[in-house]
Amino acid sequence: MIAAGDSVTSTGEAVQFWILAVVATGGALATVLMRKAVHSALSLAGTMIVLAVFYLANGAYFLGIVQIVVYTGAIMMLFLFVVMLVGVSAADSLRETIRGQRWLAALCGLGFGILLVAGIANASLHHFDGLGQANSGGNVEGLAALVFTKYVFAFEITGALLITAAVGAMVLTHRERIRRAATQKELSRQRVRENAHVAPLPAPGTYARHNANDIPALLPDGTPSELSVSPTLRARGQVRDVSGEALADLAALEQRSREWLERDGDEDRKGAVK
Amino acid sequence: MNPVSYLYLSALLFTIGGVGVLVRRNAIVVFMCVELMLNACNLAFVTFSRMHGNLDGQIIAFFTMVVAAAEVVVGLAIIVSVYRARHSASVDDASLLKL
Repeated sequence: MIAAGDSVTSTGEAVQFWILAVVATGGALATVLMRKAVHSALSLAGTMIVLAVFYLANGAYFLGIVQIVVYTGAIMMLFLFVVMLVGVSAADSLRETIRGQRWLAALCGLGFGILLVAGIANASLHHFDGLGQANSGGNVEGLAALVFTKYVFAFEITGALLITAAVGAMVLTHRERIRRAATQKELSRQRVRENAHVAPLPAPGTYARHNANDIPALLPDGTPSELSVSPTLRARGQVRDVSGEALADLAALEQRSREWLERDGDEDRKGAVK
Repeated sequence: MNPVSYLYLSALLFTIGGVGVLVRRNAIVVFMCVELMLNACNLAFVTFSRMHGNLDGQIIAFFTMVVAAAEVVVGLAIIVSVYRARHSASVDDASLLKL
């Protein structure tokens, strides 16, 4: 895969680069431009997979696999997890709070990009040694030899950093319990004492057709029962009311049956006339 | 094709990520753009490793990945705790220190 010692890659790698570079750039642009955080996360995951392919093409076999396993597998799923936790439906508002910020940011980005590209274009990057010799004993073996000799101190510091990060995450998201949680027995006694909802609350879902958690059960008169939906969803205002839908369905059904009955009645009458 | 193209792509991705950090207001998306910038740097490191014919660039990229993992853990924990306190993940809402 690696052209040894010259500055021109094989045709196959060139084709792969030009196709996947478009995908990577598109994914990066989608990450920035998509309104919903979930779409951004998925676009970024695509870009990262393409980058893993580029690592493999550049002879970094270990990094390519690590990129897929750690970045796409673990980090992006962590992102998705937090997006779900924080609220999927929270789309970014498009209202500008600082006037002209977007244009200025785009201008800064353009200038920065031109600087970077000009710097790369002016550097003398004509000779590529290729990794044929460095990878001759195996890519993973070569990396391991370096990690455990030349970079062993950085490696140990990294371990300390990871432990600190884990402890930090626990400290940051830990919530102290202010009062003791009531046991099941205490809760049931309280329900009986207050004489409110001694029986279980109604379950969500309507007529076994909509059994989602956010759809309230319908009472006999067709009105939704707020009690059947979890208080968290009620507080967030994410209760989907389908009572109107159900009534409309019922009306359509009645209408249709009336049409059928009338047609049947007509045929009967015709038969009688005959 | 010259392998320098990888460097140009890396510069492009880094710039897109930087613009994203400046433009977006959802803290999670800002964070994703930072990750994009880190990945662009990694691509440059891997290309330079190929250019010089030794594995040091790959080692640096490896350490970048480890540090990025630690950063993601702490950053997302901060976002979650901010969201719990303020019910919003927008970076504009956290303006208590502003006069």
